[in-house]
Amino acid sequence: MEQIILFAPLIGAIIAGFGWRIIGDAGAQWVTTGLLFLAAALSWVVFLGHDGVTTKVHILDWIQSELLDTAWSIRLDRLTAIMLVVITSVSALVHLYSMGYMAHDENFSENESYRPRFFAYLSFFTFTMLMLVTADNLLQLFFGWEGVGLASYLLIGFYFRKPSANAAAIKAFVVNRVGDAGFLLGIFAIFYLTESIMFDDIFEAAPMLADMTLTFLWADWNAANLIAFLLFVGAMGKSAQLFLHTWLPDAMEGPTPVSALIHAATMVTAGVFLICRMSPVMEFAPETMAFVTFLGATTAFVAATIGLVQNDIKRVIAYSTMSQLGYMFVAAGVGVYSVAMFHLFTHAFFKAMLFLGAGSVIHGMHHEQDMRNYGGLRKKMPYTFWAMLIGTLAITGVGVPSVFFTFGGVPLGFAGFLSKDAVIESAYAAATGGYAFWMLVIAALFTSFYSWRLMFLTFFGKPRGDKHTHEHAHESPAVMLVPLGALAVGSVLAGMVWFNSFFGHTDTVAKFFGVPYAEASEHGEDHSSDAAEDHSAEGTDHGTKEGKEKKPHYVFTGEPGEGAIYTGPENTVLNDAHYVPKWVKLSPFVDMILGLLVAMWFYIWNPSLPRRVAETNKPLYLFLLNKWYFDEIYDVIFVRPAMFLGRFLWKRGDGNVIDGGINGLALGIVPFFVRVAGRAQSGYIFTYAFAMVIGIVVLVTWITFTGGAN
Amino acid sequence: MENVLSITTFIPLIGAAILAIFLRGEDDAAQRNAKWVALATTTVTFFVSLFILFDFDPNNTGFQFVEERTWLMGLQYKMGVDGISVLFVMLTTFMMPLTIAASWNVKHRVKEYMIAFLILETLMLGVFMALDLVLFYLFFEAGLIPMFLIIGIWGGKARIYASFKFFLYTFLGSVLMLIAMVAMFADAGTTDMTVLLRHEFASETFPLMGVTVVGGMQTLMFLAFFASFAVKMPMWPVHTWLPDAHVQAPTAGSVVLAAILLKMGGYGFLRFSLPMFPVGSEVMTPLVLWLSAIAIVYTSLVALAQEDMKKLIAYSSVAHMGFVTMGIFAANQQGIDGAIFQMISHGFISGALFLCVSVIYDRMHTREIDAYGGLVNRMPAYALIFMFFTMANVGLPGTSGFVGEFLTLVGVFKVNTWVALVAVSGVILSAGYALWLYRRVVMGDLIKESLKSITDMTRLERAIFAPLVVMTLLLGVYPSLVLDIIGPSVEALISNYDTALAEAHSASQIASGVE
Repeated sequence: MEQIILFAPLIGAIIAGFGWRIIGDAGAQWVTTGLLFLAAALSWVVFLGHDGVTTKVHILDWIQSELLDTAWSIRLDRLTAIMLVVITSVSALVHLYSMGYMAHDENFSENESYRPRFFAYLSFFTFTMLMLVTADNLLQLFFGWEGVGLASYLLIGFYFRKPSANAAAIKAFVVNRVGDAGFLLGIFAIFYLTESIMFDDIFEAAPMLADMTLTFLWADWNAANLIAFLLFVGAMGKSAQLFLHTWLPDAMEGPTPVSALIHAATMVTAGVFLICRMSPVMEFAPETMAFVTFLGATTAFVAATIGLVQNDIKRVIAYSTMSQLGYMFVAAGVGVYSVAMFHLFTHAFFKAMLFLGAGSVIHGMHHEQDMRNYGGLRKKMPYTFWAMLIGTLAITGVGVPSVFFTFGGVPLGFAGFLSKDAVIESAYAAATGGYAFWMLVIAALFTSFYSWRLMFLTFFGKPRGDKHTHEHAHESPAVMLVPLGALAVGSVLAGMVWFNSFFGHTDTVAKFFGVPYAEASEHGEDHSSDAAEDHSAEGTDHGTKEGKEKKPHYVFTGEPGEGAIYTGPENTVLNDAHYVPKWVKLSPFVDMILGLLVAMWFYIWNPSLPRRVAETNKPLYLFLLNKWYFDEIYDVIFVRPAMFLGRFLWKRGDGNVIDGGINGLALGIVPFFVRVAGRAQSGYIFTYAFAMVIGIVVLVTWITFTGGAN
Repeated sequence: MENVLSITTFIPLIGAAILAIFLRGEDDAAQRNAKWVALATTTVTFFVSLFILFDFDPNNTGFQFVEERTWLMGLQYKMGVDGISVLFVMLTTFMMPLTIAASWNVKHRVKEYMIAFLILETLMLGVFMALDLVLFYLFFEAGLIPMFLIIGIWGGKARIYASFKFFLYTFLGSVLMLIAMVAMFADAGTTDMTVLLRHEFASETFPLMGVTVVGGMQTLMFLAFFASFAVKMPMWPVHTWLPDAHVQAPTAGSVVLAAILLKMGGYGFLRFSLPMFPVGSEVMTPLVLWLSAIAIVYTSLVALAQEDMKKLIAYSSVAHMGFVTMGIFAANQQGIDGAIFQMISHGFISGALFLCVSVIYDRMHTREIDAYGGLVNRMPAYALIFMFFTMANVGLPGTSGFVGEFLTLVGVFKVNTWVALVAVSGVILSAGYALWLYRRVVMGDLIKESLKSITDMTRLERAIFAPLVVMTLLLGVYPSLVLDIIGPSVEALISNYDTALAEAHSASQIASGVE
């Protein structure tokens, strides 16, 4: 069954890509979409039936060189199962949606068959993404990693006639390669120290890595920290974390379904998946994890600030994605991998929906993407409006704070509410406040503001911009609305249904991820940090008596490699997160309300205010509008110097120095040969033959004189 | 089959002789005959060489199919292959029919052209099979003559300059190599390479003109061979002949040059430098590793600035060869496995890339990047093929380009993390120049008037690319096809190398009285 899930998209891609002339445009679309729905259905069967036990399927040997032994194989554990569901579900829906979205495209002429290509790319992407998450060794993971990069490159540059799309495609690939270079070094280091790149071997060796040092470049490093860091560099590229994030906003050049699938729900979360997959190593790398937390929090903040002022609807959502990825990294960084996966899981639904909703708006507005030209679309696109509203409620975190009410331990709220609060509470619990927590709280405020700003600019107020476009604005066809509906269900329910599995008590989470656990011993350490008397969060039947002392009722006991994630014995953040102070639990809720109110003030009650604020704070506004000038800075310190250096080395290095030197040398020799050979034209060939013959004669003579070959 | 090595080697020569003797005239029929004879000959050679591959026993790390005869003046004719050389033989026989097919449009002196290529094939095969110093030298050096002629007669405008430069570079290397060979013979008393491989050349440090030569004779011999092989690879900074040679050479010449001739340098390092002069190799390893790392970054940067397609690919070849030398001198299993794999894979990929250039060169008669743009609009099949090989060149996992790069980097990381870091940056730069080239040539709208009537690949062109695509993909997904064959021989090479070094070290310690 796993094989079918894995290869169905590949088969679809091949059929659509090479056989579309035979089966036709529509045939290619239905084949790929049908196979994806099949894969999605099977994925849900796998996910719901999964018992937490890791299984492996060997398919074919891959690179084998002495100790380096890799294979194409499938590793199925809870992490994989989660990703399977996310990838195939979103992908299937995006395939379906694309049938409507791509039906007409002004970038192509009427008789061009661009659709089979698009669907082939989408399916190919899905296949490589599945290869990534089903990998049983780092190298297959890397195959998927680069494969999704290729698919992303192809799809960003799908409108190949647009120079901006081509530039964005290259940028995405090259920036990702920077991260990949770090990833590769991480793989080398792992292989060097553990003599294997199979996950099982690495996990087993992980505790040992913590005590080893590795000489890398100029210094000795703690092996676990170094490896974790190098792998994280890879994750930074793929998941658009700060410094390697510049490609993601530009990636919006691709068709909108692509943004939903690749640049929101799946590919960009690969970095988070990597960190969770490598949790046995990460747990032994506290310094690196601190860095992950720091960078994740900073990314969440920076991206949110940029998102505040962007005008392109897709870019707002792109920065929002980047910001939410930061949240996931914070959760992973503080060692609560289940919560990172939780946010990844819910985010996939509501962010894909936001993108598809934005796509629906763009589709209805004849490819206008500037929100300043929207307005009042609520009535023209009622379904899209409701979908987007649900998505916004989910991302801004609307729900009833657990302080007030829980339903059998599960708070009521949209998906994003539950998972985002889980991240924020974990961040607080890990450091009792601290940098990450505050960054995330501020980012949550901004998130609420820019999300509502998007809603208000698009669907409320009066129509702005081109009148003609607004008159022809229309609701999208059913084939696009059905996926929106399906994702809406996910955005509403995904959080509440799986809350306990991801962020429940230690034993439920352990069961879900197949990790061994045991009752906490009596003399367990006291993990209390702050005086926090609030325990209403844990409404389950455990917790009531021991909750007072905040001692975990259960603890993870697995060795590294047992179960899908590994949590060290010292790491009780998951448990502590349930016992954070009341104000911490309320803070995201307050953020949401505050952001909503400010957005209403700015864009409904007093629409002239944003302009005035921007003008009075011009430098800050420009700073944010220009995305903190990352692109400009990189252009000056990387792109231009590389081009200059290339030209310089070519003309001066190769041209003047090396060839100049050779020619200078030659000037001494050439006339001699010219005299010898008589003609310059082709004389040197004979010269060469002559020289060689002389050489052989010398050799042979020598050999003969010294008594033959023996 | 007995004498299968000699048969394989000399079939092309027989084909050349038939052409030379029986074919007369310059009319269309004669030209067609010349092409068919050449194609038939190279194809037969390929099928005969399959006997070598199928009968080859990878677990036997010695030489196989050995043929030994006395030759003139007490010289020996000795041929044989082992796990290191057998795949180069296969690469040669595999690429040659494609090369001939790619020359189907040649109009000028077709007979001589085909003869040159057939002779070239014999000589190249000889290089990889020769087990006698004199024989090796003969094949190695003589192989350049047809190549000179191919560039000098069928080349572009500046062909004279290019082949002259080629000549100057190789000549110096050859002279030094010859001297070293004489010295080897003087020391060991034989030209039999199987004996030389076991011979221990002196490695005691001695002063030479005021300079202390660490590693003694071995270092000197290493350097002499190095001069020749480094030019062939080519390594930085003796690489500048390659871009010029490629630009001026006809397509088929470029393909052979990139796919096979460059591999002679790498093969030479593996056959001579490492096993025969282990101490010298060890002394020079840091130098070679750094030259390789510099080559990767330097030539990748230069590739970024190129305006001529062939030059760009030529520079990218130099960068890829940097991975090869780096892997070889990492001197561990992954490094050398990767180096050989990289050479084989680069044969397919660079060959295909030069063919990609020739597809549009044949139509537009220019290699200037700026003359193109938006080809995908009229040439979708070409765009697909070019994309595939661009990605292979970039080293995307799943293509053969990745396996070699990855293994060499794994190997060198164990030896020197600085070099690994610098080389890894080549992974980034290669994506930059390759995709940028692709964008400028293939992507975008088709605006240029001259390109509006360009046609997509013909059936013949697709047929030439098909085997290359298959091999690139096959080796990328299932590299064991290659690694299983070279593995045991490489293992033996490394264990001999390590043993020799250990002995030399203990000997020198005893000699110097330390511990």
